[in-house]
Amino acid sequence: MSIAEVEAQELALEASTGGLWRDAFRRIRRNPGAILGAVLVSIFIAAAALAPVLAHGGPKNQDLALIAGGCCPGPSHAHWLGVDQLGRDVYTRILYGARFSLLIGVVSVSIGLSIGLILGSVAGYLGGAIDSLIMRGMDIMLAIPGLLFAIGIVALLGPGIYQIMIAVGVVNIPIFARLLRGSILAQRENDFVLAARSVGVRRYRILFSHILPNAISPVIVQGTLAMATAIIDVAGLGFLGLGPQDPATPEWGTMLSSVNDYLQTAPWLAIVPGVAIVASVLGFNLIGDGLREALDPKLRGRTGKFRERSMFWFLGAGRRRALRGI
Amino acid sequence: MLRYLVRRLLLLVPILLGVSLLIFFWIRALPGGPAESLLGERATPQLVQVYRHRYGLDKPIYVQYWSYLKVTASGDLGVSVASRRKVIDEIKVKFPATVELALTAMLFAIIIGVPLGFLAAKWHGGVFDNVSLVASLIGISIPIFFLAIILKYIFAIRLGWLPSVGRISITLDTKHPTNFYILDALIQGQWSVLWDVIKHLILPAIALGSIPLAIITRITRAAVLDVQNEDYVRTARAKGLTPQTVDRRHVLRNALLPVTTVIGLQTGLLLSGAVLTETVFAYPGMGSWLRDAIFNRDYPVLQGGILFLAVIFVLVNLVVDLTYAIINPRIRYS
Repeated sequence: MSIAEVEAQELALEASTGGLWRDAFRRIRRNPGAILGAVLVSIFIAAAALAPVLAHGGPKNQDLALIAGGCCPGPSHAHWLGVDQLGRDVYTRILYGARFSLLIGVVSVSIGLSIGLILGSVAGYLGGAIDSLIMRGMDIMLAIPGLLFAIGIVALLGPGIYQIMIAVGVVNIPIFARLLRGSILAQRENDFVLAARSVGVRRYRILFSHILPNAISPVIVQGTLAMATAIIDVAGLGFLGLGPQDPATPEWGTMLSSVNDYLQTAPWLAIVPGVAIVASVLGFNLIGDGLREALDPKLRGRTGKFRERSMFWFLGAGRRRALRGI
Repeated sequence: MLRYLVRRLLLLVPILLGVSLLIFFWIRALPGGPAESLLGERATPQLVQVYRHRYGLDKPIYVQYWSYLKVTASGDLGVSVASRRKVIDEIKVKFPATVELALTAMLFAIIIGVPLGFLAAKWHGGVFDNVSLVASLIGISIPIFFLAIILKYIFAIRLGWLPSVGRISITLDTKHPTNFYILDALIQGQWSVLWDVIKHLILPAIALGSIPLAIITRITRAAVLDVQNEDYVRTARAKGLTPQTVDRRHVLRNALLPVTTVIGLQTGLLLSGAVLTETVFAYPGMGSWLRDAIFNRDYPVLQGGILFLAVIFVLVNLVVDLTYAIINPRIRYS
C-alpha cells in the first residue's frame, strides 16, 4: 500500500458524518484556546447582563467621604476593586462598563456586517460595472487608515456613544464587503448554483438561499474577530475623549483616560479597566481563531494533526491516558 | 517590471482622486459649513466672503472640487486655527517625529519578532512555541494605550529609568535642521543628545511596536513551518549543507517573503496609527497633533493631516507591493 493510500484510508476513517456546523462544533470543542475564549466571552456577557444584580449600587453613585483621606483607597472588603478618584466603586463601574462595550461592539459590528454584506453580495453576484463601482469605493475607504477614518467620522458627527458606534461600524464596512464578495465569487461558479439556475430559481433566491449560506462561514469568523477590534477601537476612541461626553458613563476606555493623573498613587484604577478590555478582546480573538480552524474546509472532516489537542494537553500523554482510564 | 510599475502607478490615480473626493465632501459636511469650519473662530462675515471666493464656494460643486484639487495639489492645506501657522509647515515638523517613532517601533518589532517566530517554528509544538503563540495573542488583544500606560507606570514612574513624556528633554538646547532628532544628533555629533532622544523613544516605540511584533512573530512562524517541509529544503539538507546554511539560504529567504509584506503594511498603519501612543506619552507627532485638532475644532489641521496621512499610507502600500515584486519574481510575471 502506498503512503497516499494509507493517508486516504486514514482520512476516510476520520471523515465526519455530521454537517459542516456539527463537524465544526465537534472540532472547536477540542480546542482549548477556543474553550478559554468561550469562557471569557461568557463571563463578559454575564457581567453585562447581570450588572444590576451583581453590582454594589449604581455606576454613577458617588461617596466623597471615601476619598476624604486622599485618592484613592485600594481594594477593600466593601469595594473589591477599590474606589476611583470621584469616590465611585470601580467593581460596579466595570460591570456596567461591560454593557457599554458589549452594546457598542455588537451594534458597530452589525452596522459594518449588514452594510458590508449587502454591498459585497451585490458586487459579487452581479459583477460588471456595479461590482467595479462598489469595490473601488471600498478601496478608497480602505485607503484611509481605520482609526483616522473613525476620528474623521466622529469629527463630523460630534463625540458621543452613538457616534463612535457608527464610526467603528463604517470602518468595518469595506472589510466585510471585500470578504463577502470574494467568498461569493468563489461560490458562484459551483454546480449547485448552475443547477438552481437551470431549474429556473430566481436570481435573488439563488443569492440568498443558495450562495449566501455557503459563503457565510468566513464572515462569521471575521465577525468574531471584528468584535475584538471593535472593542479595542471603541475603547481607543473613548480614551481619546471622543466617547460618551458624560464623564460619569462607565465606558472602559473613558475610565482609562481619566486616571492618567492618578497613575502614581492608584495604578489599579488604570489596570482594572485595562484588564477587562484585554480579557474580553482575548476571548473574542480566541473564539475567532478557533472558528477559523474549525470551519476551514481544508481541515474539514479530519482531525487536524497538530491543531487539535485533547482538553488536557498540558498534562502530558501519560497522565492523559490515566485520566481517560478513570 | 516597468509594465508592472506603470500599471500600479495608474491604479494609484483613481484611489487618490477618490480619497480627495471623500475628504472634499467631508469638509462640506462638517458642522458649520466649509468656510466657517476652515476659519474657525476667526469667521467674520468678511473673512467668510474672502474664503468663499478664494475656495470658489460660490461656484458649482464640480468647479469647487477642481479648484480644491488644484489648491491642495500645490501643497496649500490651509492655516491652522489653533497656531495660525500653515498646516503644511506644521506637518514638516510633526511628520518626522512620527516617522522616527514608527520606524523605531518597526525596528523593535522586526528584531524581536523574526527570530521569535523562527525559533517557535523550529521548536514547533514545544513549550517555547506555545509561549510565543500565547504571547502574540495577548499582544494582539492588548489595546496600545493600555500597554503604553503600563509601560509608563513601570519604567517611568515606578523605576524612573526612562522619561515619560516628550521627544527630548526640554533642558537640552539644540538645533534641529531636519526635524529627525536622531539624524540631527548624529550629524552634529552630539552623543548626549542622541542618547536623550533614544531614551525618549524607547517606551513609545515598544508600545507602538507591540501589535506588529505579535503579527510578525505569527507570520514568520507560519511561513517557516510552511517552507521547511518544501522539497527544495529537503534537497538542500540531503546534499549535505550545514543546517545553518539551509536555514539562512533556503528557509528564511523564502519564509521572509510574506513577512516583508506584513512589515510594509504595518509600517503604513503605524505612521498613521500613532494617535493613541503619542497621546499617552505626549509625544509631539502627527497623532497627538490630530488629537488636539479634534478638541480645538481645528478643521484645516484635521483635513490636511488626514489627507496627508492617507496619501502616505497609499504610497507606502505601493512601495510595499513594488518591493514585493522585486524580491519575488513570481509576482512580476503573473
